[in-house]
Amino acid sequence: MGMTLTEKILARAANRSSVCPGETVWVKADVLMTHDVCGPPTIGIFHEQFGRSAKVWDREKVVIIPDHYIFTKDEKARRNVETLRTFAGEQRLPHYYDPGTKRYKGVCHIALAEEGHTRPGEVLFGTDSHTCTAGAFGEFATGIGNTEAAFVMGTGTLWLRVPHTLRFVFEGALPPYLMAKDLMLTVIGTIGVDGGTYKALEFDGDGVYSLSMEERMTLVNMTIEAGGKNGLINPDQVTINSVAAKTKKPFQALTRDADASYLKEYRFDCRALEPVVAKPSSPDHHATVRSVSGVAIDRAYLGSCTGGKLTDFLAAARVMNGRRVKVNTFVVPATTEIERALETAKIDGQTLKQIFEHAGCVIGPPSCGACLGGPLDTLGRLNEPMVCISSTSRNFPGRMGHKLAQVYLASPLTVAASAVRGVITDPREFLA
Amino acid sequence: MSDVIKGAIYVVGDNIDTDQIIPAQYLSLDPSRSDEKAKFGWYALSGVPEAAQGLPKGGTPFSREGQPPGRFPLIVAGKNFGCGSSREHAPIALQQAGVRAVIAEFFARIFYRNCVNGGYLLPCDSPAERLCDVVHTGMEGELVLANTSKPVLYVPALKTSWTLSPLSDIVPMLEAGDLFSYARARGFMPSCPTPLRVNDDHPDD
Repeated sequence: MGMTLTEKILARAANRSSVCPGETVWVKADVLMTHDVCGPPTIGIFHEQFGRSAKVWDREKVVIIPDHYIFTKDEKARRNVETLRTFAGEQRLPHYYDPGTKRYKGVCHIALAEEGHTRPGEVLFGTDSHTCTAGAFGEFATGIGNTEAAFVMGTGTLWLRVPHTLRFVFEGALPPYLMAKDLMLTVIGTIGVDGGTYKALEFDGDGVYSLSMEERMTLVNMTIEAGGKNGLINPDQVTINSVAAKTKKPFQALTRDADASYLKEYRFDCRALEPVVAKPSSPDHHATVRSVSGVAIDRAYLGSCTGGKLTDFLAAARVMNGRRVKVNTFVVPATTEIERALETAKIDGQTLKQIFEHAGCVIGPPSCGACLGGPLDTLGRLNEPMVCISSTSRNFPGRMGHKLAQVYLASPLTVAASAVRGVITDPREFLA
Repeated sequence: MSDVIKGAIYVVGDNIDTDQIIPAQYLSLDPSRSDEKAKFGWYALSGVPEAAQGLPKGGTPFSREGQPPGRFPLIVAGKNFGCGSSREHAPIALQQAGVRAVIAEFFARIFYRNCVNGGYLLPCDSPAERLCDVVHTGMEGELVLANTSKPVLYVPALKTSWTLSPLSDIVPMLEAGDLFSYARARGFMPSCPTPLRVNDDHPDD
């Protein structure tokens, strides 16, 4: 019987000819990524278990990208970065992206792709739940804890249970008012925040293959919001060209077998879908934007691994071009590369940065920003029980700061349209 | 792994995510430093909205700053406990607050792995009945683990006991203590870190 892409990758990583869902296998890691929140405790466990002078299993394969708490006065947050810096120095890690230097990148999941660390057919473990983002490149990528990460750091391997795969097929080209975010909020609304628990989510169909790599990353990024172990898209020429432009490292783009077996298949017609939101306070509180249109908001937020990429800002700028926002609106690029692109990418002769500034947005420095709350002085953090519309990933209680704040998740187009009107607004009103 | 866990139960509902278990503002504390590790217990479940803090009535904070741990060794929850982020600070916070087992309809994957691989607390599935709708915060409970294929929760106030899902898959790891002890006991982890033999060995065999 044929294998899904997840099964094929895990079989190769386990040095087996095949694997079946439900089996437990030991697999070799190709990349271990950690950041400033989970890196210090991971390093602590690594030292405790392997010894103070132990070396990581392969320094080419350990990638450390501080991104969560960079622009804060919180002393412990700064100390955590110092811990990473010291460790990277001791271990002579070539892939450490140090804050405060030219090496600093920003959000780890986007930086991994920009720096060529996401490659088809490989296994990526990361100490962050959105590590699944890299599945957009046709690799097996999943979030793990500190103990597991310390184990990988020392041994280069980890045990995994082979997941069953759910398949989501999007048929038809995407209309201009829909973004990957709308597709994924529809998926999560369909199966629930626990619908993908212990499972792989595979995305397919011409609607998906018509997406840019950045949009594909948004789609797969929110796999974890459905509880999924990993999400992925079979690599095509777009994937291969994108990866080849970022790395000289060889890779083998595995794809699913034609007779692969899926636990369940869901089909969507892109032309029948509408712009949607996830209402407070769960990513599966799915509703069309039309049905909540007119709801007053206090703040709009564009940023994070989910909604802080160049395509996200291009979409938002299309709506904000020549207009003013009516509520506090934050624009936080995911990485330094995207921050620079805001000054070069143009619409109607104006840079995105100019468009956002003229619209009255606050542009923040690249990092995870207020997506996860974090220290109280984080730019854009919801320190009061306000209503926010956001292009980020998660809206469980307290996620962006205050546990009584109400966060609506939406596409960058919908966030921008709502920022301009001051109430939740269907982006089609601006795209006629 | 002890045979019986006894004590007061704290009840919460569905989809208690890791931000509710330990809000992100406390994550700059480093759990690998012993003085800071204890503080996670003070903030455990502090992100749960007040109305849902301790069902069915709500308004019962799970933990307080400076409070000694151990008030509620057992948690009963609805479905998808521990969803959201991968932060291992979440099971650490519960452990530091004195929790020894969480009984939920089912768990989010990374949280479950973190509980077991780190040896922080026992995650028990109870898919058959919605215990969180029956058990009240403050009731005493006895979680009997002697038969790992039939763990049982007994609540004297309700004069009822429930058979939970078998622990069979994770028993070897639980008995070893954590992932590292397990790997050492099986010879998977030599004293100097060299890559493991990659094969089809099942952690349970």
